[in-house]
Amino acid sequence: MIFRTFLFALPFMSLSVFAGWDDVNMSPGATALGQEIFGLHMTIFWICFAIGVAVLGAMAFILFRYRKKEGVEAAKFDDSTFLEFTWTILFALILIGMSIPATITMIRAYDDTEGDINILITGHQWKWQYEYIEDEVSFFSNLSTSLDERNNLAPKGENYLLEVDEHLVIPTGARIRFLITANDVIHSWWVPDFAIKQDAIPGFVNTGWTQVNEPGIFRGQCTELCGQYHGYMPIVVEAVSPEEYKEFIIQKKEAKLQQAALTEKLWTTEELMAMGEGVYQKNCVACHQVNGEGLAPVFPALAGSDIVMNDKARQIEILMEGVQGAAMQSYAEQLTEVEIAAVITYTKRSWGNDVNGNGEIVAPKEILDYKTNKL
Amino acid sequence: MSAVIESHHDDHHHGPAKGFSRWLYTTNHKDIGSLYLWFSFIMLFVGGAMAMVIRAELFEPGSQIVSPEFYNQMVTNHGLIMVFGVIMPAFVGLANWMIPMQIGAPDMALPRLNNLSFWILPAAFGVLLSTFLMEGGAPNFGWTFYAPLSTEYAPPTVTFFIFSVHIMGASSIMGSINIITTILNMRAPGMTLMKMPLFVWSWLITAYLLIAVMPVLAGAVTMMLMDIHFGTSFFNAAGGGDPVLFQHVFWFFGHPEVYIMILPAFGIISHIIETFSRKPIFGYSSMVYAIASIALLSFVVWAHHMFTVGMPIAGELFFMYSTMLIAIPTGVKVFNWLSTMFRGSLTFETPMLFAIAFVALFTIGGLSGLMLAIAPADFQYHDTYFVVAHFHYVLVPGALFSIVAAVYYWLPKWTGYMYDEVLGKTHFWLSFISVNLTFFPMHFVGLAGMPRRIPDYAMQFADYNMIVSVGAFLFGLSQLLFLFNVLKCVYYGKSATAEVWEGAKGKGLEWTVDSPAPYHTFETSPDLTKPQTNS
Ligand code: HEC
Ligand SMILES: [Cu+2]
Repeated sequence: MIFRTFLFALPFMSLSVFAGWDDVNMSPGATALGQEIFGLHMTIFWICFAIGVAVLGAMAFILFRYRKKEGVEAAKFDDSTFLEFTWTILFALILIGMSIPATITMIRAYDDTEGDINILITGHQWKWQYEYIEDEVSFFSNLSTSLDERNNLAPKGENYLLEVDEHLVIPTGARIRFLITANDVIHSWWVPDFAIKQDAIPGFVNTGWTQVNEPGIFRGQCTELCGQYHGYMPIVVEAVSPEEYKEFIIQKKEAKLQQAALTEKLWTTEELMAMGEGVYQKNCVACHQVNGEGLAPVFPALAGSDIVMNDKARQIEILMEGVQGAAMQSYAEQLTEVEIAAVITYTKRSWGNDVNGNGEIVAPKEILDYKTNKL
Repeated sequence: MSAVIESHHDDHHHGPAKGFSRWLYTTNHKDIGSLYLWFSFIMLFVGGAMAMVIRAELFEPGSQIVSPEFYNQMVTNHGLIMVFGVIMPAFVGLANWMIPMQIGAPDMALPRLNNLSFWILPAAFGVLLSTFLMEGGAPNFGWTFYAPLSTEYAPPTVTFFIFSVHIMGASSIMGSINIITTILNMRAPGMTLMKMPLFVWSWLITAYLLIAVMPVLAGAVTMMLMDIHFGTSFFNAAGGGDPVLFQHVFWFFGHPEVYIMILPAFGIISHIIETFSRKPIFGYSSMVYAIASIALLSFVVWAHHMFTVGMPIAGELFFMYSTMLIAIPTGVKVFNWLSTMFRGSLTFETPMLFAIAFVALFTIGGLSGLMLAIAPADFQYHDTYFVVAHFHYVLVPGALFSIVAAVYYWLPKWTGYMYDEVLGKTHFWLSFISVNLTFFPMHFVGLAGMPRRIPDYAMQFADYNMIVSVGAFLFGLSQLLFLFNVLKCVYYGKSATAEVWEGAKGKGLEWTVDSPAPYHTFETSPDLTKPQTNS
């Protein structure tokens, strides 16, 4: 099947392959720093290209000109101090020429004054968390490409694997400073158009900065191997006008208040189950799998788990605190009280757990109580 | 396995024993050299099969044949096997075969140690590969095994991985001790250091590098072991440790390791080019100094693998400048090879074809390396396919081609038979075309933004990835031709002369002994203080 597609595609490929410069070269950059690094890259590239052409050209000439011929003896010389010195100095001069623009760009990239807006970026297995430090707004950003697309059961969209549920929204014209860290393993936050690639390392905070002047959407990916879904934690940054940005922050704050109201509301089993299924699909299937069977031996099954079936208190604790030293992290920050209650209810009442266990329902209020008791 | 056949005149020496015990107990440098070479040949196909799985998965966007988890296991083990199981043992095998013959010694200085350093290698790889059958699967954290992915978050089999790396390290250290001792003590009278063949020089320096850095690798994996099983926190931030420390320790080993995989190639290529140019090597002493300075510089460039971890700017600049410096001795070597061919009388037998491809494609890999050295630009290149393209250019048409060239070059000396030249040239052209088809487009997808080590990718990378995969399948298949050619040579080849190549006259002591080289050579050392004659 794969090969048939290939044979079919071959004639078209040669066309499409050379269609776009974008497909073969670095992003020209959407920010001043991005453009500067692109310029540096092109300078270095052309120097290397010229050296390459000169060396390979000389080599081709030698191979052709001095191939063995009747009656022509090879020369006997085997050294020339003069030549060795000449080309050593030549190389040194070329390198000095390259290092000057590189040093200048490096110094500019390392400017670390505070930004108008400071955003804390935290890498988690396998999603990004964004916290607007001044505005106290925080949310997670997950891959939104469907499993069907990934498994070739549905046609792939234009932004396949480069789309997320929540964009990182920034205003144009402002200096944005990113503070980058990680919660579990090392990740790396890369947006090619900004020329920012900074490793997100647990226990460290790295910085990067940007200033975007035109609205637009910029996509990137995690670039440090961070476990099995390393390829599935993209980044989408959306630059909007300062007015729209204000609107965005206000909305986020309102949503937070609404969440608090929802926690107080009385929820029916059906509502909790419906919401719980969504939460589970988005947050838990990567490890515990759609059917709740997990992946032995690292990821335990939730179907038939004693804790899930019969020990509500422990399950709340696991979700709120995570399990030390295991991939099971705390969801207290990432999910709202309602979502946590819903997903616990969902796991207790799916895959036969309600028949084999007590099938209890967990109300959002219980999660809130857990939080309050801890304080 | 009969790469060495019985010596003709063994009336007063013992020949090889019969059967398997010959190979198990052997202390003969030629037998051990063959063992190393066959071992790395087999591992080439194991690691190559993993590369085929990787390329099949990446043939098209979308999930194809394996899970993301298994994909990571393939990427990790492909890297580990190719580095520690193919390139390094192959060079050690060549060292075993050729160093005693090139310096006029009867054998390696420490033959029993030699036997041990080979035989623990299959054990090490047995341990590593057995993890595929265990619960939790094989190591999946990349051949660079960054903590904490390889400690707190690793599958339980990581302990086997650590054990296996320890054994590989012990094997390399014993091998290096042996090589250094042999070279320093067993040269024929009259062979001063500055008269040693370049392959011997390159190995002398490589062996010192190995002794210097293998213990560092052992230290890194031991710290991991402590973190995993004994409650320390070397690399655990929550316990007050430092995940970046791991990278510093790893690359302090890792960067010299990169040169360990290329310096012996420099020696080999120099010999082949001088033979088929029918001229002496140009700039012998500058070749030696270049190798030595590359080796020294390799200790002060390690953090160019870590430009994005958040170093202070002084660190970034220092490692950028020191890395750029390496271009100088490397450039000197390339120019010396060109000058050796200049005004020569060139013929293009298979070893020469591979050597020429080495010089050309290694130059491309070197230039992309120079681009990667430019720290601010590396922010964009780092951990993308551009890096994958770069290191495959220096390792496949670089290191691997040099090994293939060496095998074609010395095979008649080892077996006494010529390989099939037509098959050899076919093998070359297929490899040359497919290696470029595989690795050249990786530069493009890397610049366009494709990260490395991902099992699936965005739509804009689809076309080039398909080309890369086709190239890779073709390259994989072409190597079967190599295997066939070697076997055909061993069993059906035409007899070779002692000198084998027209241009080999006066190009080293190995060409003065019969083909095949007798089981024991140079029991009395040749006296180089007297004028040389080719027997
Ligand atoms: C990154 C992988 C991962 C994700 C995502 C994940 N878990 Fe877990 N989970 C684990 C691991 C690993 C354990 C086992 C921890 C231990 O006890 O060592 C676990 C344990 C559990 C347990 C205890 C099971 C038992 O029988 O011991 C429950 C309940 C649970 N997870 C629920 C969830 C829910 C609900 C979600 C989604 C909100 C979720 N997990 C998301 C990895 C994950
Ligand atoms: Cu990541």
